[in-house]
Amino acid sequence: MTTTTADRAEFVAESRVPGKGSREGRGVATTAHIALILWSLLVILPLVWTVLSSFKSTQEVLGNPLSLPGKLRFSNYAHAWTTAGIGRYFTNTVIVVGCALVLVMILGAMCAYVLARFTFRGNRLIYYSMLAGLTFPVFLAIVPLFFVLKNLSLLNTLPGLIITYVAFALPFTVFFLHSFFKALPGEIYEAAQIDGAGEWRTFFSVMLPMARPGMASVAIFNFLGLWNQFLLPVALNTDSRNYVLSQGMASFASQAGYAVDFGALFAAVVITVAPVLVVYIIFQRQLQVSVTAGGVK
Amino acid sequence: MTPEVVPDGGPQRSAVRRRRPLTFDRISFMVVFLGLPLAVFVIFVVSPFVQALWYSLTDWSGFSSKMNFVGFDNYVRLFHDDIFLKAVRNNIELAVVVPIVTIVLALTLATLVTIGGSGTGTVRGLRNSGFYRIVSFFPYVIPAIVIGLIWAQVFTPSTGILDALLSKVGLKGFADYAWLGDARTAMPASMFVMIWGFVGFYMVLFIAAIRGIDPEVFEAARIDGAGRFRTAVSLTLPLIRDNVQTAYVYLGIAALDAFVYMQALNPGGGPQNSTLVMPQQLFTTAFAKGQFGYSTAMGVILAAVTMLFALLVFTVNWLTGGRDRKVRR
Repeated sequence: MTTTTADRAEFVAESRVPGKGSREGRGVATTAHIALILWSLLVILPLVWTVLSSFKSTQEVLGNPLSLPGKLRFSNYAHAWTTAGIGRYFTNTVIVVGCALVLVMILGAMCAYVLARFTFRGNRLIYYSMLAGLTFPVFLAIVPLFFVLKNLSLLNTLPGLIITYVAFALPFTVFFLHSFFKALPGEIYEAAQIDGAGEWRTFFSVMLPMARPGMASVAIFNFLGLWNQFLLPVALNTDSRNYVLSQGMASFASQAGYAVDFGALFAAVVITVAPVLVVYIIFQRQLQVSVTAGGVK
Repeated sequence: MTPEVVPDGGPQRSAVRRRRPLTFDRISFMVVFLGLPLAVFVIFVVSPFVQALWYSLTDWSGFSSKMNFVGFDNYVRLFHDDIFLKAVRNNIELAVVVPIVTIVLALTLATLVTIGGSGTGTVRGLRNSGFYRIVSFFPYVIPAIVIGLIWAQVFTPSTGILDALLSKVGLKGFADYAWLGDARTAMPASMFVMIWGFVGFYMVLFIAAIRGIDPEVFEAARIDGAGRFRTAVSLTLPLIRDNVQTAYVYLGIAALDAFVYMQALNPGGGPQNSTLVMPQQLFTTAFAKGQFGYSTAMGVILAAVTMLFALLVFTVNWLTGGRDRKVRR
């Protein structure tokens, strides 16, 4: 809160001495930089500490938390990857998230396209029930969902998890893409029809390519959302061989609380975070554009 | 999709939307494009929600087929369940504190980035602020469970970095302090972790919203002699109040959930249930105790509280002047 008081002081000073605006402005900029650096440190420090700790032995972790690791123990990573099963969870996550992402993008685009560009009875009803599905807490559905999957023999299987991911990511995908398809000019559709393209052709060769920016944004959000998903796998995927990363991490941490391999725990955290963080840093511009596009709507 | 074909010799209304002939192409298209996604949606989303309403009125234990209709007994029981009521209170506390603090912090940081720059005449963005934006956004790409686990380690007494830093700067009283193990600090510490996870995302969102404002508005305010603080409070805030409202609703919904964070920080609900939230209690009641009817009733209460919260935010925004924003723009 120091910044706001500083700002107020600066406002007073500036209005009294109009000639010194530039220096005062620099003062504000400095204050702003300091505040932002403090926040950035607060974000980065725990992450740096985690990376450092991932190279420590258990003795070192239990010793002074501010000390540096004696040497770089990559064995922690090997241990986390194999013994703790993080490698397996990683593969499961890639399979589940990959399949679910492709499926939800296709199904979502199809549904959004039909809802946005065709008039028929029940259109609004479907759209609003999607919207409701977006706002209702998943916790309300989780118990019946458990038994829906059980009855379909999909409980504790990767396909079951994939289809559930698709279903719960669908409302968001449809809602977001709806506005994209709605904004596409009608003449292009007409032109495609006149040129003899059927509905299928029109969608896949004309409309879908035009919605590509929207698809990219939604895909990024869906990827992050699904990669971070926790409740659905914890409730519906209790076979430890099928664990995804998020639940595998949780179970590893709850074991490590007592039986201890802290170095490996920190290594597991790094393994979970690093790939997404690297991808983020590479694509950060695109991602922030997406956030903006999504937020303004 | 009603086969309502307009005959050729029909009344010559200037039909904006002509009915297209029903070819195989079109029928197969509609069936696949609408039917497939809808089937998935109805089976895995709509049906569980509807079933939940019914189950909440039964004493179903799940694995036996025996299920008695008990009316509103589950709900009556809930209102005498001290542990659940404690969880409701914790959730409400979270839904009040977390969004406010997150939005104030995110707005402050966004304001610093957008109008904190030096310059006499014009209001300028801060130079080299890209770095802050990228770093602040980090937590958004880290899975919530991992955020929780990292901070659980940071908060751990004696081996965590927080206690070490505090005792380093002379606060020896904190050398062995269990932040998550003390009923006084468990909740604030958990709130802090959630806020840490949320701020960056909303900061980026607000930066975009502020950049979307016509720069001439800022020029005008500057010429009229408004300082930066004044500009931020009486100009920026009203102009992006829709974004703030959306952020408040999202954050509130996230705070009414809070399951992942609490599961990572204090799986058992914390000292004296000080960080227990409704979803945790629901999860235990369902999957550990097998009381499915009772737990779905909790789900209904959670949904009701969520809806009420959203309604409240919209109403407050409307009452405090959101309704005449179009005039102001």
